[in-house]
This record gives sequence, structure tokens and C-alpha cells, in this order.
Amino acid sequence: MLTALWNNRIEVVAVILFAVGFSTLLLHRNLLKKVIGLNIMDTAAYLFLTSLGYIRDRLSPIITDGATDPEAYVNPLPAGLVLTGIVVSVSVTAVMLGLTLRLYKRYHTLNLDEIYRMTHEEQEAER
Amino acid sequence: MKKSFKDRLQAWDSGQFELGDALVRETDGRRPPEKEEDVSWAHVPVGRVSQVERRLFRVLYPVLAGLLALVMIAFLLFVVEQLPAFGDALSPANSSEVIKRYIASGLTETGAVNIVAGIILDYRAFDTLGESHVLFTAAIVVFILLLAETELPDKPSDRRILMDDLIFKKTAFFLSPFILLFGTYVILNGHLGPGGGFSGGALIGAGLILVSMAFGPRVSGRIVALKSYRRIVLVSLLFYSLAKGYSFFCGANGLHTIFRPGTPGRIFSAGLILPLNIAVGLVVACTMFGFYSLFTRESV
Repeated sequence: MLTALWNNRIEVVAVILFAVGFSTLLLHRNLLKKVIGLNIMDTAAYLFLTSLGYIRDRLSPIITDGATDPEAYVNPLPAGLVLTGIVVSVSVTAVMLGLTLRLYKRYHTLNLDEIYRMTHEEQEAER
Repeated sequence: MKKSFKDRLQAWDSGQFELGDALVRETDGRRPPEKEEDVSWAHVPVGRVSQVERRLFRVLYPVLAGLLALVMIAFLLFVVEQLPAFGDALSPANSSEVIKRYIASGLTETGAVNIVAGIILDYRAFDTLGESHVLFTAAIVVFILLLAETELPDKPSDRRILMDDLIFKKTAFFLSPFILLFGTYVILNGHLGPGGGFSGGALIGAGLILVSMAFGPRVSGRIVALKSYRRIVLVSLLFYSLAKGYSFFCGANGLHTIFRPGTPGRIFSAGLILPLNIAVGLVVACTMFGFYSLFTRESV
């Protein structure tokens, strides 16, 4: 068990990073920190993907000296997938920050509980 | 009211105080007065709840959240233990025939020395096109969110983060040309080495942000006219769609295309990859800089 985990230690780090991001998302009341937590979770997913594509003692997938032997290079596919993931996470982060800015301009706080309380009071007042 | 570092850290943690306060002086005075509030690791329940329930929630929420994270770690570690060992060449993920095909014939089919560039901009180019559209859609959403508001700030210059600092300005003055140059290099060499449209575009966007932070939007507007943002992005995405649609149509039907792989290693080789890298780089650079401008309320 422990040797298997030690052999896959990069993946273990990715899992722990994922949990760190997840608990940041749950435990913080500051909206900006929730965004940071989600970004940590994204990073963990990228680390996991790239570590799956690594092959020991092989070169990065840039053809050197015209050698096109598949046994010479690491797996190039996870790099492409992670590139897609990074762009999507940047887009999601931008949208989240835009929403946060709108909330801040309306309620003048980043505390999610305060925002909940104020919206609740607004709804009570409307009733 | 002078507060200790710990108080300010706790206030920041609970969301009453931002680090940006030190940079942007908030002038409108509409912020509610700071309340004495105990800092805890939990959300507080909203609505009519009794004191007992509230206290129970305060205790239970962080405990359950921590437990959930621990259970997740345990479950995922159990899965990781079953995975093939790190760096194993025979694992299913690394021994699929698609990957062997990409490496063995990528150079002759796409002409790109960088196999990853060959994959993302030739074999799987529609994926990358969708990616650029995701970025474009996010930029549109941020536009709608931040520009559609009725109450515009009276003096936009008050809200802008302008670092009025001599060291920072001088450093930016000497550094920004090299950053922009390096970004261009990374874009243009995307098919020959590490790099490509996304990383180079991010570099150029960061360089533009640095210029804008140091010298204000008027100087950065001289490098890239921000009003042309929409035009640049639209033309790039249209070019990408048309060129890639043409090449996929011809490739699928076995027709003769005007885009040849060329001699691998030359800068004008690899068919469509170099123009597509430039298009993607333009989209990414403009979107990064557009995000920054929108969030700091400069003119767009």
C-alpha cells in the first residue's frame, strides 16, 4: 500500500492539493478566497493529468535530430489536454471575478454571509 | 483607529477589508461601518434560527467540511494506489496507438517539430477553436457584467490602480519591451519548440498590463488601440474558423490543399500552424489585457 503510494507520489500530491482547494472553497467566507480555492483545485487536476503522461527516461515531445521513434518521447497528449484546461479555468476565473465585483458594488462587502443576510432582508422587506 | 496586524488579518479573512485598500483609496464613503464580529471557520445560517441552532451550525459546519475533505482524500488515495506506477511506459494511458501514431507520423503529416503544437493545432484544431471561443465568450460575459451597470464612477481615474513608484516605473520601462519581444518569439516559434499561441499571448498580455500599470492607459493604448480589441478578436476567430474549416474539408475529402507541411524546422513551415498560432496569440493577448482593463475600469 505505502510503496504503491510512494511510487505515485506526484498523484498523491495532486490529491492533497485538490482537497486543500476544496476545503478552502468550503471554509472561507471571503468570495475572493473561494475563487482562489477553485483555482487550486484546477491546478491539482493539471498536475494529475501531466503526471499520468510522464514516462521515465524519455525526452519531451519536441523532435530532436529527426528521430520519430515513439519510444523516444513522453506522452504528448496530456500536455494538449492541460492547455485546454488552463484556458477554460482562466475564463471561469474571469467570469467569477466579474460576478464578485458586481456583488461588491451592490453590497460593499466580500463576505458571503453578509451578502446572504442582506438579500434575505431584501426579500423579507418585499414580502 | 490603529489596529494590530492580527486584527487586520482576521478582518481580511472575514471579508471586511481588502489588500487593494492600500492601493485604491475608496472615496465614496458608502462602505458600512466595520462591525465587531467573531471570526470563525464557518458560514452563518441565514433567516430565523434559534441561538442553539446557530451555535450547533457553527460547530458542525467546519467539522463536517473537514470530514468531507478527509473522506475525499481517502477515496482518491485509494484510487491512486490502484493506478499504474508513475513514469511507466506500459500504462494504458501511455501505450495507446493514437499517441504512437502522433509521434511517428506527426512530423511528416503536420510539419511541426513540436508534437504538442501539431496535435492541438492540426489533429485536434477544432478543439482549440472551441477553446478560443470559450475565452471569447468569457470576455463577452465580463463585458456584460461590468459595462452594463447604471452607476458609473464619476471619476474613473480614482479607481485605477496606478503605481506611482519610481523603481517600479523604471523597471517596467526597461523590462516591458523585452517581455513583449519574448512573447512574440514564443508565438512565432510555437511549431519549432516549446511555446505557442496561448503561452505567448499570455506573455504579451502580461507585458501590456505591466505597461498600463506603470504608465497609465494612455501609453498602453499607443501600443495597442483598445478600441480595436473587438475587431482584432473577431478577425482572428473568423480567420481561424475559415482556414481550419477549409483545411479539414480538403483533408477529409482527399483534395489538394494550398497548405503544405513544408520543410520541418523552418519558420515558414508546418502549414497552417504558424498563422493559427498568431491568431490564437492575438485573441489571448487581447482578452488578457481586456480583462485587466475592465476590472480596473479604464477605457475599453
